[in-house]
Amino acid sequence: MAEEVLLFGVWGSPFSRRVEMALKLKGIQYKYFEEDLTNKSPTLLKYNPIHKKIPVLVHNGKPIAESQVILEYIDETWKGYPIFPKDPYERANARFWAKFIDEKCLPGIFNACWGEEKQHENAVKEACELLKHLENEIGEKKYFGGEAIGFLDIVANFIGFWLGIFEEASGTKLLTREEFPKLSNWVGVFVSSSGIKENLPPARDKLIAYFRSQFGTGSTDATK
Amino acid sequence: MADDDQVILLDFWASVFGMRVRIALAEKEIKYESREEDLFGKKSDLLLKMNPVYKKIPVLIHNGKPVCESLIIVQYIDEVWKDRSPLMPSDPYERAQARFWADFIDKKMYLPSRRIRTTKGEEQEAAKKELFEIFKILEEELGDKPYFQGEAFGFVDISLITFSSWFHTFETFGNFSLEVEFPKIIAWTKRCMERESVAKSLPDPKKIWTFSVERRRELGLD
Repeated sequence: MAEEVLLFGVWGSPFSRRVEMALKLKGIQYKYFEEDLTNKSPTLLKYNPIHKKIPVLVHNGKPIAESQVILEYIDETWKGYPIFPKDPYERANARFWAKFIDEKCLPGIFNACWGEEKQHENAVKEACELLKHLENEIGEKKYFGGEAIGFLDIVANFIGFWLGIFEEASGTKLLTREEFPKLSNWVGVFVSSSGIKENLPPARDKLIAYFRSQFGTGSTDATK
Repeated sequence: MADDDQVILLDFWASVFGMRVRIALAEKEIKYESREEDLFGKKSDLLLKMNPVYKKIPVLIHNGKPVCESLIIVQYIDEVWKDRSPLMPSDPYERAQARFWADFIDKKMYLPSRRIRTTKGEEQEAAKKELFEIFKILEEELGDKPYFQGEAFGFVDISLITFSSWFHTFETFGNFSLEVEFPKIIAWTKRCMERESVAKSLPDPKKIWTFSVERRRELGLD
């Protein structure tokens, strides 16, 4: 059966890159459409009328939105590389930390980099507390998924790559090797892994400039 | 599953999140021990140990291992006790839709529903407007289906039905009638309440009302 897989994304978004990482790990052919978030296409709005966001995966005409939902769909639909663990407890654990990353880490890190100046020290402290949980979770494992990249590693792509971009763009350093040796190791392994390194956004300077233009040059960072 | 499975639920009677897990456990006919947490007093050492990241209920402790976050717990229950009463559809696309809508409900319902109870004046009006927008979307999504996933009660229904114990409270504080504004949702609520798993897992809406009034008083609002 002829299969059609479309992906609507944005080159610099960790959320749409997650989907690309999963598709590449599974060896799925897809057609990519770059969206302009300041001028969203009628097609995107038709496929995601509720949130009007990227990424959206369209499989044989049927749309799926929300990156973590898309990752689960990809793993259930196409065999081959396993993205999720098989054991229900490990699956629950992966989902828990994935939710933690998206609901707590992302806003916490954002706040530390671009929040109000007078809250800066507190925001940095809070962001580091959040990262500490991930430091404990990775432990001695090579990847969050164990020996191979899994769902949680893909969702943690934000920590693996975009955190560094945020740090450079805002001047606030959070993930130091002294405080987070294990997580720092994971970052190094993650960005050089096959299936990931080819799917990171190119033009690092362009990405840094983009975030600076969107969010400013960052809160002061007297301590770091 | 083995008869010597140990299942404990750390819960709070009025929590819409705890209720979700109660319903899932009831649907699967799983025997468990329920432990009520004193959320406004002192949280138990067990809760703090089993959920060190959030220190919140619900927490399911299955043979000593904790699972946190209500929708993650419900999926876990569905995957472990997969031999009976499936809560998720079997088709991957329908499963993706179920996850999408449960995620929508999880992200959108709680904050405006909380603000309607804990604020007044303009802030309360804004919360009411937000809640209406969400119900409108859900009314449309439900359409003429008996349940959100179609013919069978499932994951999406579980994620939303627990808020129904709070509907009377929202309506009273917000001065509106959900049945008038969103008849399909209310019809669906009544349909779900006919299920034993739901009826026995949800508290009396009048008790929720009394609880909310007390909380408002404590917050100095009335």
